[in-house]
This record gives sequence, C-alpha cells and structure tokens, in this order.
Amino acid sequence: MSLAETGISDAPLILGSHTLRSRLIVGTGKYDTLELMQQSLEASGSECVTVAVRRERLYDPTGRNLLDYIDFHRYTLLPNTAGCYNAKDAVRTAKLGREILLGLENPGADWVKLEVLADTKTLLPDPVETVLACEQLVELGFQVLCYTTDDPVIAKRLKQVGATAVMPAGSPIGSGQGILNPNNIRICLEYLKGEDPDYPVIVDAGVGTASDVAFAMELGVDGVLLNTAIAHARDPVRMAHAMRHATEAGRLAFQSGRIPRRLYASASSPEDGVIGRTRQDRTSQ
Amino acid sequence: MKIQINEELQEYPIGATVADVIQTLSLNPKFIAVEVNLELVPRDQHASRQLVEGDQLEVVTLVGGG
Repeated sequence: MSLAETGISDAPLILGSHTLRSRLIVGTGKYDTLELMQQSLEASGSECVTVAVRRERLYDPTGRNLLDYIDFHRYTLLPNTAGCYNAKDAVRTAKLGREILLGLENPGADWVKLEVLADTKTLLPDPVETVLACEQLVELGFQVLCYTTDDPVIAKRLKQVGATAVMPAGSPIGSGQGILNPNNIRICLEYLKGEDPDYPVIVDAGVGTASDVAFAMELGVDGVLLNTAIAHARDPVRMAHAMRHATEAGRLAFQSGRIPRRLYASASSPEDGVIGRTRQDRTSQ
Repeated sequence: MKIQINEELQEYPIGATVADVIQTLSLNPKFIAVEVNLELVPRDQHASRQLVEGDQLEVVTLVGGG
C-alpha cells in the first residue's frame, strides 16, 4: 500500500515559488550511463534534479547532451554553481544557467543552488564568498538555495541576506559519511525555523545510504539533496528506491514524534498475569 | 578575424555573429548560453550581436551535477 492509499497526507515541500511533492532532490552527475541516470531519477520519485553548467565541447557535436535524457517538462531543473571558488564566478555561472533554463522554458530558471567552494580536497564551502554571492544573486532576482557548512551562525547569515533555503552539508560532498554533527543541524533548525517554522532547511551532501537520509529527515529538515550515494551505489536504481522510502520514513517518523530515550527497559507485554512467578518473586526483583 | 571560443583561438569571417558561431559549431541553440567578454548575450540577441577580432566567447551547456 502506498502512502497516498493510506490516507496519510503531508504538506508539499515549498521552496520559494516552487512546490515539490517529493522531499528528495537528486543530482544528475557521476552516473556510468545516461540511461542509468534516467532510470535512477525515475526510481527516486524526485521532481527536482540538479544540473551543472560547463563549457560546451567544440569538436564533438554528435556527443549526447544530458538534456536529451532529462524530461524538462517533468522535472524542475536546479542549476548549481559547482566548481566555483569565488562569488564572481558563482554569479556568472548562475546567470548562464538561468539563460539556458529560460530557453528550455523550465520553471527552474528563477532559482539556483549556490555552491562556492574553498578548496578541492575537502570541497567545503567558503562561507565568506558564499554569503557575498548569495547577497548578489538575491539582488539579481534569483531564489537562492544555499549550500553551506553546518555552522548555525553562517546559516543564520544566509537567511538574513535573503536565501530562499539554507542547505547545510551533513558531511563533505561525496564522502558518504552521513550526518557528522547532528547537533549543529539541530541548532540550524532552531535558529532558522524558531520564529519562522516554514523556512526550508535541506541537508545537502555527505549522505552515504538510506539510513542517513532517514536520520536527517528525523531531525526535522524539510528535505534531502544527494547525488553520489545513488550514482555510485553498486545498483543505483535500487538505491534510488531506498532513498525515496527513507525520505518518506524519516519524514513520517519526525511528524509522529519519537519516544524519549530511557536508560532502563519498559516491558511491551503486560506484567500482570504471567504464569509461574509468584507475587513475591516479582517484588523481590 | 581571430576570436577565442572556450579559450581556443578560431578563425571567423569579419562580421560573424554569435548565431553564426553556434551554427558553425553545430550546437543546439536551445541547450546553450553564450558570454562575450564575460557578459551574457541573451538568446534573442545572438543573431544581431556581431563579433570583433579578439572577442572572447564562453559557450556553456548543462551537464550532470549534484
């Protein structure tokens, strides 16, 4: 039975002017083949996929274009600024991405996943350049979904300068280490949503497997963005299904309210009426 | 005249436009965006934007990414 059939409903994920039914956003990079990517996107149930802006190959006009394999009437494209190491390049890249999406008449033309990196080894975001770029892009009319560290202070800054959503990393991009500092994500959630509960926070990067996604969602984030965990799984299509279910499971668990942790056990079966034990046995334990 | 496209020097006839370059490279104009000397040239200006010797073009498309 699918979730819809149970009658359990959930609000959609609202990111600025965009409404998404799936809370999972997936990347399109690193797949062995474009066909495998296509099947994995389908299996993920996602309605929004990230893409990168890169130089066109000049001598291979017969080469296949990613856009031949993505139904851009079905998916909202989210262009990123991956590979940029300063605000200037990020703004240029965002403008180029917008220009392509305008040509495709894709609704993603008005937003961008801002990513300004600090170094190639960690791929950690440069917080100063990220805040600068975010400010400039907001000024240019972009809805900015902002990739950042899990630092709550920077997260707050990004919201202040007008980011549509803040997207703290669980751990470094492609590292598969999961959510390394859940307490920082909790503080981000408190700072960003405290007086503004609908403000979207998305965990972006670092996810290794389905339990990482469920765990992130259980913390109360609004969605998860991932790429490598599906694209480099031994069986990407199967992992895409797992990620879809994990997103739903984590979301439902968060909404349901988990039980408090306790040091000692609490029996699930009645303690009265157990045969073979006298009242004295029970009280003496 | 010589112009640079994605950091490669190429020869084009004088008066060539951005649209001419896209056509010569056999690119699908829908899938690309073009900058001339770091300034974006919107799609509706590709046919009218004439290039001059030494212009630097960036021609980009979308690829897989996270």
